[in-house]
Amino acid sequence: MTLRLISLLCALLASPAGAADRFVVLASTTSTEQSGLFGHILPMFELDTGIAVRVVAVGTGQALKIGMQGDADALLVHDRVGEDRFIADGHGADRRDVMYNDFVLIGPAADPAKVAGLTDAALALRRIADAKAPFASRGDDSGTHRSELRLWKAAGVDPKAAEGGWYRELGSGMGPTLNTAAGLGAYALADRATWASFRNRQSLALLVQGDKAMTNPYGGILVARARNPDDARLWHDWLTGPRGKAAIAGFRIDGEQVFFP
Amino acid sequence: MFDLAAAFSSAIALIAGLDAELFAIVRLSLGVSLAAVAIAAVIGLPLGAFLALARFPGREVVLVALNALMGLPPVVVGLAVYVLLSRAGPLGSFGLLFTPGAMVIAQAVLVTPIIAALGRQLVADLWEAYGEQLRSLGAPRLRVIGTLLWDGRHSLITVLLAGFGRAAAEVGAVMIVGGNIKGLTRTMTTAISLETSKGDLAMALGLGMILLAVVAAVNGAAFAAGAWARRVSG
Repeated sequence: MTLRLISLLCALLASPAGAADRFVVLASTTSTEQSGLFGHILPMFELDTGIAVRVVAVGTGQALKIGMQGDADALLVHDRVGEDRFIADGHGADRRDVMYNDFVLIGPAADPAKVAGLTDAALALRRIADAKAPFASRGDDSGTHRSELRLWKAAGVDPKAAEGGWYRELGSGMGPTLNTAAGLGAYALADRATWASFRNRQSLALLVQGDKAMTNPYGGILVARARNPDDARLWHDWLTGPRGKAAIAGFRIDGEQVFFP
Repeated sequence: MFDLAAAFSSAIALIAGLDAELFAIVRLSLGVSLAAVAIAAVIGLPLGAFLALARFPGREVVLVALNALMGLPPVVVGLAVYVLLSRAGPLGSFGLLFTPGAMVIAQAVLVTPIIAALGRQLVADLWEAYGEQLRSLGAPRLRVIGTLLWDGRHSLITVLLAGFGRAAAEVGAVMIVGGNIKGLTRTMTTAISLETSKGDLAMALGLGMILLAVVAAVNGAAFAAGAWARRVSG
């Protein structure tokens, strides 16, 4: 009886869909996963090569750490400074530009800090700080969080001084941060793809975009200690080759292109 | 209340559409949690019975520690198992990280203390009730443990269900060691967490309702099996 139960459970576990013979583990960001990009491009890669891609979606900081430990074969992340350090420290075999989009400043439609329509991120952040309007920060060492901190620096504002006041460090992913911002009526920095696919907007609106400093480039990294190095190389080449570029450019959210190869 | 209504219709639509992905997710959730409970029972029940009957110095400390472990935070267990299974860790060569196997291990670690602690209490109570009788019959200790567990089998089902409830409901551990990989390690709870992240609250709540229904079905099946067994054994 017990034996039969255990063998039944093993059968249940052993046959999930996606248990293909060949696979690559890709550590990537929550923004790419939640936007639906992988749902669009991965089936094309699998069709081309027969290799399944297992996506572990975490913040860029954690994705880089997973790569350092050799627990992923490839990375798709967005923090150029961190990526370059990863390569310099010998954790990556190769790094290539994959695609880019941009960050946008989200906030309550009532806009207490009067930033709507600005195209200067630093000016917008200074106004938010001056108005002491609530700002929801990722606070999770993700690529978006690291970019946000660079923008504050450029604005000449030290948000840490207002921690617990108008500046709220949430320590969560992009979606949860937007959920919280919607509840608080707070401003937040988001990547365009997550914003475009986000459903719980309530009174939030896109207020500031178009600053060059808000560019959000994604890099693909081949992990030096990849467990499946050959298949990982195939993925790396495909993603940055003509097939991958076409797949990325063809992805739309409500008719809007949100990633540019 | 609008959200609840939308959630309800999401749940209905998912079930009515016989969504293949949903089916795979439910199957994985059930398989992982049941496997974890099976492993935890094999380890936890004998351990609990032993602690109920054995007398040794420091026993009270062990009992308090075991009871405390019932409150293990899933995230901490997930992290510990992650560190062990990572390729940089001691068990890295098995390649278990980000697979269902890793999730079973993490949940078994979470559930074993619950089954051991509740099982110990159960056997201790039974021993108090029937101990004298068994001792007077001169039964060897192992036989005593077996007899007590068999006598308490109906209550043991409740112990196992408590463990199953813990496993099926947790998200912290499976998220870390499974990675929430679509089609491979995405469970009901990690899927709910993902839909919440996307801001699709109706879908997240709808999945939550389905999870509740699945857990209720497992409990109902256990209840029916218990009632049937009681009737058969008179």
